Amino acid sequence: MSTVKDFTLSCPLPITDYPTVTLAHGGGGKLMHQLIEKMILPAFQSPLLEARHDGAVFDLGGARLAFTTDSYVVHPLFFPGGDIGSLAINGTVNDLSMCGARPVYLSCGLILEEGLSMETLWAVVQSLKQSAEIAGVQLVTGDTKVVDRGKGDGVFINTAGVGLIEHGLTIAPSSVRAGDVVLLSGDIGRHGIAIMAMREGLEFESQIESDCAPLNGAVQTLIDGKVGVHCLRDLTRGGLGTTLIEIAETTGLQITIDEVKIPVRDDVSGACEVLGFDPLYLANEGRMIVFVPENEAARALELLRTDKHTAGAVEIGRVSGERGGLVKMKSRIGTTRIIDMLSGEQLPRIC
Amino acid sequence: MKFSSEYRDADAAQGYAQEIRRITKHPWTIMEICGGQTHAIVKFGLDELLPKQIELVHGPGCPVCVTPLELIDKAVQIAARKDVIFCSFGDMLRVPGSEVDLFGIKARGGDVRILYSPLDALKIAKENPTKEVVFFAVGFETTAPAHAMAVFQARQQGIKNFSVLVSHVLVPPAMEAILGSETNRVQGFLAAGHVCAIMGYEEYIPIAAKYKVPIVVTGFEPLDILQGIAMCVAQLEEGRYEVENQYTRAVPEGGNRAAQHYVKEVFCVVNRKWRGIGEIGASGLSLRPEYAEFDAELRFNVSDYTAEESPLCISGLIMQGQKKPHECVAFGRQCTPEKPLGAPMVSNEGACAAYYRYRRAELATNAALTPVGADGYAATGAAPAAGAKGKV
Repeated sequence: MSTVKDFTLSCPLPITDYPTVTLAHGGGGKLMHQLIEKMILPAFQSPLLEARHDGAVFDLGGARLAFTTDSYVVHPLFFPGGDIGSLAINGTVNDLSMCGARPVYLSCGLILEEGLSMETLWAVVQSLKQSAEIAGVQLVTGDTKVVDRGKGDGVFINTAGVGLIEHGLTIAPSSVRAGDVVLLSGDIGRHGIAIMAMREGLEFESQIESDCAPLNGAVQTLIDGKVGVHCLRDLTRGGLGTTLIEIAETTGLQITIDEVKIPVRDDVSGACEVLGFDPLYLANEGRMIVFVPENEAARALELLRTDKHTAGAVEIGRVSGERGGLVKMKSRIGTTRIIDMLSGEQLPRIC
Repeated sequence: MKFSSEYRDADAAQGYAQEIRRITKHPWTIMEICGGQTHAIVKFGLDELLPKQIELVHGPGCPVCVTPLELIDKAVQIAARKDVIFCSFGDMLRVPGSEVDLFGIKARGGDVRILYSPLDALKIAKENPTKEVVFFAVGFETTAPAHAMAVFQARQQGIKNFSVLVSHVLVPPAMEAILGSETNRVQGFLAAGHVCAIMGYEEYIPIAAKYKVPIVVTGFEPLDILQGIAMCVAQLEEGRYEVENQYTRAVPEGGNRAAQHYVKEVFCVVNRKWRGIGEIGASGLSLRPEYAEFDAELRFNVSDYTAEESPLCISGLIMQGQKKPHECVAFGRQCTPEKPLGAPMVSNEGACAAYYRYRRAELATNAALTPVGADGYAATGAAPAAGAKGKV
């Protein structure tokens, strides 16, 4: 039991550094990680939380379950390839899938801003319904709140989800081993550019649509195919680069990837050239990396390519025995560099 | 991708590297002017391909890095006003002022917006007639035409609630300042391709002749840079000092005359302070008196403000090619991208940020340097941020 002695008024995150929350604290980079590590984790000490997985995995009443939650604050609400409704379903479905679970039930909390048109709300609700049907999950409980005009951005959504783990694998960073092959489920960066283009009114020759998609089908295919998956991680805000660094740092192992093997669509790399962005750090909503033992990599790739959301799966690198928790990338011209975590979101450069 | 993958071809890169090794007989120090080139060199590890005799030093061509601290403070003061919508290119927002950066002002409720073109600020000004819209006009010759056009159009269209906070700098005077210094080590230059796309390269011809240095107008892709280095080394080895153009696909000798016309119409050449370096004569642009009504410094009465730089930061020496980022005592310790002391640690194109991002592990091994993050934890490997999962 905790005693009064355990209680302290001083904030573990030195407020002299950041007296207020900045957008970079939510950008998926170093500042967000520091916030989680120094303020959130110490406050709620729990072995399940310490595992720092996409969701908590535990036994309950004889079943092995995964449990996760996520909030969605995207602007604009509708974008090419998706909307806040499909994001809210797929994001939570994917987090459960990354624990190796079969997503079953979801909750949905809607925070609506006064003045939101009923037509817009209806479109979001329809999208939630359709996305849940496509992913094969049921929305079984929910909540609705309305905030004053100006205190929200149209719609904020929170979803939580429960999934069943029906196999004996431990799919987690702790299972990653030296020699593992790293697979990437498709081309990267489309969600980030799609949102950016909409938000900033940038026009490209052809529309770039988000990669937003549920990954539970592909994960189930791997599990049904008896692939000894070591770890799964979906690429979200921080992009492929940040996700790889998270795994490297958690395991203390080195990951080496090959730039030429990473699929980036021409229109996405074109947009990156214009804006000064690195596709490695662009957000994705329907992409994952898969760590598998070397001798199962070919079969895993074959299975992934049978699912339409992971049809573009490729091998991008390996885990090596070297310690140090670094991610290195062999560049297009044959040199090697370190992939580092960004402080916050990428900022468009001056020229 | 067409027009970029051709310039990142591994075989061609190795070919140029071999050619540079073949022709290099003596040690040479070459400066790439532009931060975009520095970033490409470090990102692609181009210096790994060069013979040991060739040392690349990183020049002052990063607009974020050379904008003086007091200009950032002025921007912060203006952006904090309730009646102002402050617009800027993205990477200026994280540059530390004396107390706070523009992101900090945004977090405190200031209306700070990232734009891609200064002309968008005009649109915002028209849509918000009760607000003052200010654009942070920083950069080299590359961004000057767009800023000039915004001011020109504002006057034509009679937009009164628009102004610009100008901190424009020019490349040739900075090169002369470096070459004229007693401690100069630079023997050849890769000039910044995009600056020359606007201004041409006629201005460099007298500089090459006066200081007897080869100047090669160079692009930004790996093959551009390797070819630029090869051309520069060839000149050095042969004792030539000419202006040559590697970046012919973008740069005509006379530059873009239409762009130059608008720059001359709106701006005049003035003395400018460079962050970390100090004042350089005739090295910047300011609004002509006819356009003074659009000068944000005058409009918000901040012209007289001055500020002192951190004494620890040696960014001036780094940008003059006299020191490398890791030779700074604060590098990776008191100064990191999360808590930058000086601007070169902020921008993608800043030499310190490029070294921190791509090099710090090897620097730690090679120079027994233990980079320590702002939080006091080792910046490599066992950072406490291990694997925390962020959510969208």
